[in-house]
Amino acid sequence: MSEIYRVFRIEKVIAETDRVKSFVFDGKLESRPGQFVMAWLPGVGERPMSIANDEPFTLTIANRGFVTNRMHALKEGDRLWVRGPYGNWFRLQGKKIVLVAGGTGLAPMRFLIKEAAKQGIETCVFMGARTKAALLARPPCPTIVATDDGSEGFKGFVTGALEAHVAREKPDCVYACGPERMMADVLHICERAGIPCQLSLERYMRCGFGVCGACAIDGFLVCRHGPVFTSEAVKRMADFGKFARDASGKRIPV
Amino acid sequence: MELCGVRLPNPTVLCSGYLGVSAGSLAMCARAGAGAVASKSCSLAAKRGHELPAVIYWDNIVMNAVGLSNPGVEETVAELREYKRMSQVPLIASVFADSPENFAAVAVKISEAAPDIIELNLSCPHAAKGDIVFADSPEAAAEVVNRVKSEVKMPVFAKLSPNVRNIAAIAKACVDAGADGITAVNTLGPGMRIDIQARKPVLGNKFGGVSGPAIKPIALRCVYEIARAVDVPIIGMGGIRTGEDAVEFIMAGASAVGVGSALIWHGLGAFRTISDGIDRFMREHGYSKIEEMRLEE
Repeated sequence: MSEIYRVFRIEKVIAETDRVKSFVFDGKLESRPGQFVMAWLPGVGERPMSIANDEPFTLTIANRGFVTNRMHALKEGDRLWVRGPYGNWFRLQGKKIVLVAGGTGLAPMRFLIKEAAKQGIETCVFMGARTKAALLARPPCPTIVATDDGSEGFKGFVTGALEAHVAREKPDCVYACGPERMMADVLHICERAGIPCQLSLERYMRCGFGVCGACAIDGFLVCRHGPVFTSEAVKRMADFGKFARDASGKRIPV
Repeated sequence: MELCGVRLPNPTVLCSGYLGVSAGSLAMCARAGAGAVASKSCSLAAKRGHELPAVIYWDNIVMNAVGLSNPGVEETVAELREYKRMSQVPLIASVFADSPENFAAVAVKISEAAPDIIELNLSCPHAAKGDIVFADSPEAAAEVVNRVKSEVKMPVFAKLSPNVRNIAAIAKACVDAGADGITAVNTLGPGMRIDIQARKPVLGNKFGGVSGPAIKPIALRCVYEIARAVDVPIIGMGGIRTGEDAVEFIMAGASAVGVGSALIWHGLGAFRTISDGIDRFMREHGYSKIEEMRLEE
């Protein structure tokens, strides 16, 4: 009988902010930047999580509900059950790229930064958060920071500083993960500059492998056709930047 | 081929529960080659469903305990109307409720979306009768069919559960009450899977309906027994992955075949793989119509 889950043991817990923790596990998960896993805490529940690193396998988890709250109580030596990886991944292209991360959207970007560095691609990161206290640790590459309240870096949305940078530096591709309205701004900026972009979308997910339909956005399944979509695909999604669905399937504003 | 006067481009049908939440995902299945698509079962009020994990698979087994999540019939009508604008492929609207009266109410409401067929998901609890589902009892199933048929004009299919002693008797009761067709079968069980490292059941709901190729022999026997008891079209389903699997169901008495778990292993290509496989078998053996391929008895 085949196993459904792989069991990882936590080697290190890093408190990133008061509501975000990174969990470093005791092994490698063969995966690509942008892919996700379904992380299960037996007896509690299961949630989709972006992979923040393949080796050592790392997840960066925001405490934003019942299940992730219980995950935050996990300590070094505790176990987490994982199925996946699922979904597609960011395609690295060109010599110079820009990464845009809002909040815990930085998680898959950390993995992408590692891969870009391996390939000698020049990488610049724009990261945003509500406040200085909500900022995750800065990545090991040139980074521009913005906070909604101006307590660190630029005041305002991270996309505020992006447009001028993109016009000046003309990167080969822009990659983004974060709140959907932020990504809608990234899309528009890239469209105006004529630069391709790849966006990692989030929707309520149930199965993770493309059959339940819970994560459908127009004619795309976020778990199977995504979570990473090119600007061409995103432009065909009427719901992008506007509507998501809750667990019942009801359309709700993003 | 035709199902109660509804013209299907081929005999494959997307099973209710798979990819049927949104207009976009139903249309995606239609584009991929489904002969008809069944929407996810909806009820009068919205339901969030069970805690995850809710869908798991291993070997040739699928287990789900989604918990009939749906946004309610009102939202579903809007979604199905949108589907009708997007696709010509026939639409089967699946509904469920906790009483015969509510079945009729949700069927009346869903008919505003003008589905080609209404499918009654009878594998849901009968509130007034405690521990049974409608599909467990010929009387309860017939009462639902009777109520719904007196209120709606489109063909009504009763979807039956394999978890009964005499499925032919249930099918006959439904047809006698006016059902225009039978869908068989819903999931087997429920079943259970335990993670021995965790010492916990895997599904959030502990138990879940079992489907996939593992249940095909049981589904096939159910379709065979139903076909001998009633004279209405049957949509046969249960672990169909290939054209040959589908031909088995057709020989047992099915007019159309459901595609569900095959999507896990073969993706959306499953519709064409199965319908092309049926065509090829018919060509190679000189059959020109589905109805010619019944068992020799």
